[in-house]
Amino acid sequence: MIGLGHYLSVAAILFTIGMAGIFVNRKNVIIILMSIELMLLAVNINLVAFSQFLGDLVGQVFAFMVLTVAAAEAAIGLAILVAFFRNRGDIAVEDANLMKN
Amino acid sequence: MEPFVVLLPLFGALLAMPLGRMAGARAAEVATTALVGAACVYAWALFFDVAVGGDARTISLFTWFQSGDFYADWAVRLDTLSAVMLVVVNTVSFLVHAYSIGYMHEDEGRPRFFAYLSLFTFAMLSLVTADNFMQLFFGWEGVGLASYLLIGFWFKKKSANDAAIKAFVVNRVGDFGFALGIFCVFYVFGSVRFDEVFGAVATNAVVTPWGAAEGAPIRELTITFLNWDFHALTVMSVLLFIGAMGKSAQFLLHTWLPDAMEGPTPVSALIHAATMVTAGVFLVCRCSVFYEYAPNAAALVTLVGAVTAFFAATVGLLQDDIKKIVAYSTCSQLGYMFFAAGVGAYGAAMFHLFTHAFFKALLFLGSGAVIHGLHHEQDIKKMGGVQALLPLTSLLMVIGTLSITGVGVPGVKIGDMPLGFAGFVSKDMILESAYAAGEAGKTFGALAFALGLAAAACTAFYSWRLVFLTFYGPTRVPEDVRKHPHEVPAIMHAPLIVLATGAVFAGMAFYSDFVGSNAERFWNGALYSAVEHAPPPMNAHAAEVVHGAPSTPDEDAAHGGEHEFPVWVLWAPFLAMVAGFVAAYFQYMRGDPLRRGLLRPGGMVYEFLKNKWYFDELYDFLFVKPALALGRFLWLDGDGRTIDGVGPDGIAGAVAAGARRIVRVQTGYMYHYAFVMLVGIAALVTFIIFRFGGGR
Repeated sequence: MIGLGHYLSVAAILFTIGMAGIFVNRKNVIIILMSIELMLLAVNINLVAFSQFLGDLVGQVFAFMVLTVAAAEAAIGLAILVAFFRNRGDIAVEDANLMKN
Repeated sequence: MEPFVVLLPLFGALLAMPLGRMAGARAAEVATTALVGAACVYAWALFFDVAVGGDARTISLFTWFQSGDFYADWAVRLDTLSAVMLVVVNTVSFLVHAYSIGYMHEDEGRPRFFAYLSLFTFAMLSLVTADNFMQLFFGWEGVGLASYLLIGFWFKKKSANDAAIKAFVVNRVGDFGFALGIFCVFYVFGSVRFDEVFGAVATNAVVTPWGAAEGAPIRELTITFLNWDFHALTVMSVLLFIGAMGKSAQFLLHTWLPDAMEGPTPVSALIHAATMVTAGVFLVCRCSVFYEYAPNAAALVTLVGAVTAFFAATVGLLQDDIKKIVAYSTCSQLGYMFFAAGVGAYGAAMFHLFTHAFFKALLFLGSGAVIHGLHHEQDIKKMGGVQALLPLTSLLMVIGTLSITGVGVPGVKIGDMPLGFAGFVSKDMILESAYAAGEAGKTFGALAFALGLAAAACTAFYSWRLVFLTFYGPTRVPEDVRKHPHEVPAIMHAPLIVLATGAVFAGMAFYSDFVGSNAERFWNGALYSAVEHAPPPMNAHAAEVVHGAPSTPDEDAAHGGEHEFPVWVLWAPFLAMVAGFVAAYFQYMRGDPLRRGLLRPGGMVYEFLKNKWYFDELYDFLFVKPALALGRFLWLDGDGRTIDGVGPDGIAGAVAAGARRIVRVQTGYMYHYAFVMLVGIAALVTFIIFRFGGGR
């Protein structure tokens, strides 16, 4: 029987993978965007799991909201990425340290 | 009106620079000279009014200090002592101003020079007219400052700057003692006013030192310092005398005076011969009442004075620089004045101060004329035969030499007046006083007499050596200088002639006033003598004598009247002088003047004298080198390594290093910031959950 704990575990694992993707990744800004998506999805899984567990549909509605925001965010993120690439000719994460200066 | 005698030179000092800029150097020269000249005329008028006329008075101008019990006025105290000093200072200053117009005519900084000269005159005048120790101290430091400025007048010359600093530093040593002396006076008397302080000592009043439980009569009062009891008057007298030693270049603190000859010659004549260096003698005479009741301090004064007189005279024997010879001669003559004061003959000390001003200023200005004429040559070994070039100067220098060496007829008096040059009259007076003091059993009196005689012989030798080597004999002056000597203008000769007149007649003219039968009336209480104020003896006849007319024989004896001295005492100074003259004559007028004399160059005595008793070397070793080493240590290790290293540099370094370390946190990588945010949120959430129990 698959219970709430399993869902939460999967969500936690996904979240951790997303987080690691952000921090460990040195190559590519796109991977960061993907990792952020992954983390949002982990949150969605949590929302849906709790919704089912508690018998309350608000959680699932909220998951749709998150998906919408995530789509918008992905669009904006990719747009920034393109602009960044045009400026720097590169999207390597190591070079994106302008904030230091 | 009286303050103007002090203030006129100050106006001159203030005016000289602006005038020099607006109307040229000549205007500055004339203005300062005229102002000092006016002060000089006024000083003589005051002299006849105050000293001869007996109208002593003090004019208070304003309150200078007022702080609790402590107050000091700015005043012009006119008694015979200050009147004599006023005359000496203003006269010599005026003559030196006039002389400088000629002597300095090539110099760029003439307005500055005259401003300094007038400033010095002002400071010296406020010193001698002080009616309290504070004003005296002001003048004391003022002349020190002016002396520093004038010695270093040619500030582009390193030796002149060094000499100026040396004079200032050595004087600080003395001034430290002087300042302590003033503190001590205030501590004991609660006042620095002469009238109150000297009055208390003269009447043996009961005084209570500041903070002490009970007082005592001042003459027996002791003060406790570091658990030692000291006789208060002795402490004050010795401390004040240390100040006098510094200013008057006495033994141990004399080293600055010869070096001070780096300044222009008129400066040497004004400051380092006639006026400033005599401030110490003036101070001792002013405080005569202290020394009368502090016999140990008076003995110290006698000892230091006698040793200085002898020491400086021996060093003068072998100097080659014309000005240094005269400088050591000054030092030696100051020694005479001090031991005269030390044995209680204040009148004789002031008399010698008075006559010395004339003949020593004459010798200095005469040397200046020679230096000027020979294009700034100062080495007498390179002179010789200058008489042919500068006949008038030569004659005047001989007069000055006759005066300083003490030419006169011992034991002969016309009326009350001895017969001889000024130096003879006053110097004999001093030596006789020293002899009398020795006979009377005063400490070091006999020693002072013996050293004074020896110094008189040396004085004659070096003075005539100077004259013979400079003016007579075969000439050693380079050809081109001999052909075209620098002309000595009339403005330089005129002061010399005035001074020469003084050097001849001042002694005879003022003998009876200063030390003769008229002395008591003349000094009018300005000088204090314990003998005269001794309680009258029980014997009615003796009491009558003490209170009798001033011209009774016993009174004369108190002033050192000479009729009771053995004949050899009267003749001894004269014979010493002749011995010195004869020795100098045979060495420098017969044969080659530069041949080897009795003393072999390289021999111990010769080197000892030539190197001025090794005082400079000794002080260099004892004080200068350690001070430099200490300074270097404090500079490099103390200041550089410790204070800067720990303080400013250390803190700055630590901050910079810390900042460099903190900067490394700022990587600029987005994901680092995100990571920190995440950790922060996690920590916050964890904290809240554990702290508030997860919301339920």
